[in-house]
Amino acid sequence: MAQNKHNRFVMRDRQWHPRPYAPAYKTSVARAPQQPLVSLQTPTASELTGPDFDRFALGRFDNDLLLNFRSGTAQDGLPIGERIIVHGRVVDQYNKPVAGTLVEIWQANAGGKYRHIKDGYLAPLDPNFGGVGRTITDDDGWYRFRTVKPGPYPWPNDVNSWRPAHIHVSVMGPSISTRLITQLYFEGDPLIPLCPIVNTLDDPEAVATLVARLDKAAARPMDCLAYRFDIVTRGALQTYFENAS
Amino acid sequence: MTRPTHDEGLSYPETPSQTAGPFVHIGLALDVAGLPPRASEIGPEIAAADATGEAIEIHGRVIDGNGDPVEDIFVEAWQADAHGVYQTDYRAEHAFRGFGRSAPSATDDGWWTFYTVKPGRVAHPGGQPMAPHINLMLFARGINIHLHTRLYFDDEHQANAGCPFFNALPPSRRDTLIARRDTQADTPRYRFEIHLQGPQETVFFDF
Repeated sequence: MAQNKHNRFVMRDRQWHPRPYAPAYKTSVARAPQQPLVSLQTPTASELTGPDFDRFALGRFDNDLLLNFRSGTAQDGLPIGERIIVHGRVVDQYNKPVAGTLVEIWQANAGGKYRHIKDGYLAPLDPNFGGVGRTITDDDGWYRFRTVKPGPYPWPNDVNSWRPAHIHVSVMGPSISTRLITQLYFEGDPLIPLCPIVNTLDDPEAVATLVARLDKAAARPMDCLAYRFDIVTRGALQTYFENAS
Repeated sequence: MTRPTHDEGLSYPETPSQTAGPFVHIGLALDVAGLPPRASEIGPEIAAADATGEAIEIHGRVIDGNGDPVEDIFVEAWQADAHGVYQTDYRAEHAFRGFGRSAPSATDDGWWTFYTVKPGRVAHPGGQPMAPHINLMLFARGINIHLHTRLYFDDEHQANAGCPFFNALPPSRRDTLIARRDTQADTPRYRFEIHLQGPQETVFFDF
């Protein structure tokens, strides 16, 4: 077999992750499994491998949401909203950089509207904003996007539920064991502690790790502000070799 | 900011999960959101028509605790090639990619599809071969941390019976991982219903 070298990973701390069944987030009630998860004491190649996107060809503007939805002519405008850089490092739990991994983001526009056929919010679409980006981390685990700060928006949960401004972030890591989708929030947003989705996390320190910090040193003067958001994937443990067959 | 903890040596906590939400498609399945494709997309074609192996389709649906199909589900699949090897170097130009993404469109009543080849047998760490299977990951609104499961095939009786992984599962629940060959379809096609809750609740894994 070609793939005979696998890392194992630090086990996932499911008390730190959100509760699957969280009644204040109403949709979770009918979608959270009721049986306990089956724990794999001996993960196999199926769990310890995963797709490597290091050589997956991306487009030149895939990580630049300010430019990647303009319809083509030089006269086209830029999206409305606060221009920001969102950047950070992907590291594992031992602070080792996760290089060459796929990081994908999606978000609402500055008015809180998604470019999605099912988003019925009355805020307008921005003709110059798609709201989707992707990039591959560099050798030190760094990623970088340019975008606008998304707006908060109402959603049907309680009568008057509002999501804090957020960007959805997806990271693959070295195997399907490290696969992770999360949300990035912004420092200082008063809606964060009121959000039933944020509050699926029990530990305030877990919430704090999802709050991007203003990174003024990385701002571009007279151009855009910057926010720093580091991502930690499961730590790789010892390597073992399975018998080749 | 992230701080180190002292379990497992000096380590940082993993970034916690949050739901992928109802609009996951604009980021990861652009066609379903109504967005134009970029130069390359990761789609439901795990294997192209010219890949080695038996071409099959997986036709699946996820059912919630009320018995309703989860129409905003987003599914990822990871599988070995026809020789039982995980091909980790993902490239759009490869005939066999090993990884795919699928989500139902508005008119699909919750059904999603993968186009692939039947995977070969991968060795269990103990040395015995596992039965052919596809690893699936489920993301959606209301799912706060994604769910891992496996799909096995109903026409692989012998392989399933000898699979050390499959047979370690509680006997009453093994059947929840079996996809059924659809004998009405023109192309070899398997149907797989995943139940998030209830008496037929699918086995989900922690690893």
